[in-house]
Amino acid sequence: MFAMLALLLMGCGDPTLSALLPQGEVADKQYSLMVLSLAIMIFVLLVVFVIYVFVIIKFRKRKGDDTIPEQVEGNHLLEILWTAIPILLLIILAVPTVMQTFDLSAKDKPKKGELALKVTGHQYWWEFEYPKEEIITSQELVLPVNTKVHVELSSADVIHSFWIPSLAGKTDTNPGDGSKNYMWIETGSKEQVYKGKCAELCGASHALMDFKVKVVSKDKYQAWVNSFKKASGKATGNAAEGQKIFEKNCLSCHAVGKEGGNTGPNLTGFGDKQRVAGVLEHNKDNVKKWIKDPQKVKPGNNMPNVPLNDEEVDAVADYLLSLKLQ
Amino acid sequence: MSTHASHKKRSGLMDWLTTVDHKKIGILYLIAGGFFFIIGGLEAMFMRIQLFKPENDFVAAETFNQLLTMHGTTMIFFAAMPLIFAFMNAVVPLQIGARDVAFPFVNALGFWLFFFGGVLLNLSWLLGGAPDAGWTAYAPLSTTSEGSGVDFYVLGLQISGAGTLVGGINFLVTIINMRAPGMTFMRMPLFTWTAFVTSGLILFAFPPLTIGLFMLMFERVFDANFFNPDNGGNILIWEHIFWIFGHPEVYILILPSFGAISEVVATFSRKRLFGYSAMVFATVLIGFLGFMVWVHHMFTVGLGPVANSIFAVATMAIAVPTGVKIFNWLFTMWGGKIVFSTAMLWAVGFIPTFVMGGVTGVMLAIPSADYQFHDSYFVVAHFHYVIVGGVILGLFAGLYYWYPRMFNRVLNETLGKIHFWTFFIGFHLTFFPQHFLGLMGMPRRVFTYLSGQDLDQLNFISTIGAFLMAIGTIVLFINVIISTSKKYAPSSDPWHGRTLEWAIPYPTPEYNFAQTPLVRGLDAFWVEKAAGNKGMTPAEPVGDIHMPNPSILPLIMSIGLFVAAFGLIYDTMTVVVIGMAITFISMFFRSVIDDHGFHIHKEEVEEDLKGVKL
Repeated sequence: MFAMLALLLMGCGDPTLSALLPQGEVADKQYSLMVLSLAIMIFVLLVVFVIYVFVIIKFRKRKGDDTIPEQVEGNHLLEILWTAIPILLLIILAVPTVMQTFDLSAKDKPKKGELALKVTGHQYWWEFEYPKEEIITSQELVLPVNTKVHVELSSADVIHSFWIPSLAGKTDTNPGDGSKNYMWIETGSKEQVYKGKCAELCGASHALMDFKVKVVSKDKYQAWVNSFKKASGKATGNAAEGQKIFEKNCLSCHAVGKEGGNTGPNLTGFGDKQRVAGVLEHNKDNVKKWIKDPQKVKPGNNMPNVPLNDEEVDAVADYLLSLKLQ
Repeated sequence: MSTHASHKKRSGLMDWLTTVDHKKIGILYLIAGGFFFIIGGLEAMFMRIQLFKPENDFVAAETFNQLLTMHGTTMIFFAAMPLIFAFMNAVVPLQIGARDVAFPFVNALGFWLFFFGGVLLNLSWLLGGAPDAGWTAYAPLSTTSEGSGVDFYVLGLQISGAGTLVGGINFLVTIINMRAPGMTFMRMPLFTWTAFVTSGLILFAFPPLTIGLFMLMFERVFDANFFNPDNGGNILIWEHIFWIFGHPEVYILILPSFGAISEVVATFSRKRLFGYSAMVFATVLIGFLGFMVWVHHMFTVGLGPVANSIFAVATMAIAVPTGVKIFNWLFTMWGGKIVFSTAMLWAVGFIPTFVMGGVTGVMLAIPSADYQFHDSYFVVAHFHYVIVGGVILGLFAGLYYWYPRMFNRVLNETLGKIHFWTFFIGFHLTFFPQHFLGLMGMPRRVFTYLSGQDLDQLNFISTIGAFLMAIGTIVLFINVIISTSKKYAPSSDPWHGRTLEWAIPYPTPEYNFAQTPLVRGLDAFWVEKAAGNKGMTPAEPVGDIHMPNPSILPLIMSIGLFVAAFGLIYDTMTVVVIGMAITFISMFFRSVIDDHGFHIHKEEVEEDLKGVKL
């Protein structure tokens, strides 16, 4: 029954989040090993369950039957059988396991043709650096389709774990230069926005450390790179007031374009993002909500309450939402 | 004979505080473990209520992290461990025909250390917040965690860990040295075998934990830098040390449950255990391999494909001896006359449940697939299938089975069956959907999840299941309370037992065996019954029986460490000195006062034997 249910539920879930609906080479391979192991295990389960059900039905004590059953010591042939068959099954599983473990491992430098990416985990946001393109962005990773990406992972504070279930399993981001990790991802052929998660308990807002992976066509990716590199923090329209307040209060931590600090997320192109702080819907009310009391949205995060009045918050929100690429 | 015949009888509370009798210590472990089981269960219920719908605000994020940390820590160290020690104490000396454990004083010390460690940890709820870095306490989250929560974790575990270590050593010595004549190793009941292997695992697994906790304590209290990469430390040291302890810990928990299941399955099938020597060999092999696989908790840490592959294959290997056990249980029942008592229901429920936990374990052993499973709800489902579906179901089987021996009363079978069905169905309802939640992208240890991710329904089902489990547990406690008002069990051998503990009259005399029994085969009591004998053949004439004196010192020693821990947590060295002084002065008295114990005289024993009811 459970095995049936298992098959029934295969392929369930949110297509931008579920490891059961894999996209790209890495998640595909991982999924295929999951299915192989599950198939072997369902076979084992069936054997056990069949014997089990037979035994508890057939050998229950009948009323009035007080005879003592034969005291069997054991059976060497059976013992050898149920030692040898599992060993065989495990060998069938172990060979592809070891092959894939090596296949999916990554060296510390990108191979030729791979897009280099550096991921840094922070409490509670993600920093994405494209070293070759000289781009640093946050929370939303933009990648071209059908591309192998070499990822270098580290952390600015505690251990996080970088997980995009649809595209690849997770790898931890460890603090300390000696503990950097490497993995690779293949982005698949679909243009899609995937959900990413932190998978290692990292503090109060661990559950809210979501990010997005936007897989776009190669042309769109190139356009994004070009416009990102040209982007500046210059306000357009009536957002000039907000820009002034932002530069005075926010720029020391948050960069826009080439200006600004790097302790907080880079806000270049903020107006194009999908979510505020990774979790709230992307609208002005939520931007204001965040600025007014960041601790209320993501408890334990490192952003202080900036002493701005309502009008100033409003102006900063307008300014931030005006920051669009292209 | 000796002149130290002062038979010190204490009554009431003082009797329990000073007892060194393994049977009473077993009961103390059972009560304390049951108490912490309720606390850990409540913590679980709060978490499931928080997660029953998306973006719920039943508890705050910080509180949720404290709940998940305390739930894991409490259930592993302060519920499962003491419950295992409860049965080891209550059963092992009886099964090997001994009058007590090798070191009764140390046995009491082990209990009180565990107890005060648990009390210390749980007091953190009232003293500024519980630990919040997970039961795994990964650095640097644990070293930088604000408040004193993690200090309570470190010191609570340190104190109770010392208790567990001395307890483990005690059982090793007991089983090696105190077996009755004829009780060779290959005639020991399987529960005793598993207790033996578990004690060996404790001996090798707990010292790494002690070292790790000391490092963590030095880092937090004295600003050491073991795990601080800025000053040349490395966070991976803690992960390795923790799992070098942590993986064997899983086997420390599961092996005695295997033992209990083996006894129950054999007894209620009316057959000897199928493939006894294979079962013993499998137990030892699981214990041995348990030390070779810790890196499978660390596949995503980045140790490289070579390390990951080696530990993957080693982990898969454990499935083989575990499978051997499963098939031997099935073939013990094959051809038997199975009686479905409550104890047997738990054992019968255990088999498929544990197999399901086992097969997901093999799946988790595949490093690249584990990148998807790791730290997701799939893992949560897996280890609850192993620890609840394995350890706890096994312990419940043991509870219903040995309850008459421990308390001279039986638990009500109808209530027992209600307990079984609600808990068993509730368990599968709670944890089966969690496999899919994990595969669908839900990380573990999250205090909430956003809506619109297709995670809502399964979380809702899971919470319903948790309530069923809670109902089952309440039924158990009603059953226990009712049993205390009942008269003694109708027989000292209510299940037609096979092993020595059922050969003793009831209530179990303080000295267990009036005459040490002679063991003439595996399932010693069954052998005698099959030969038409009423009881065991004695291996000695009736004589004076030497007994250990009760002592308050184990309690005082533990209180001393408890006090010292507060000094360390609040950085008050005077309190540390006072606490350590209490402990060391008690140790001094223990060393210099000659304690020869006392004798129960031959006449008293003969008097007891006249009134024996079997």
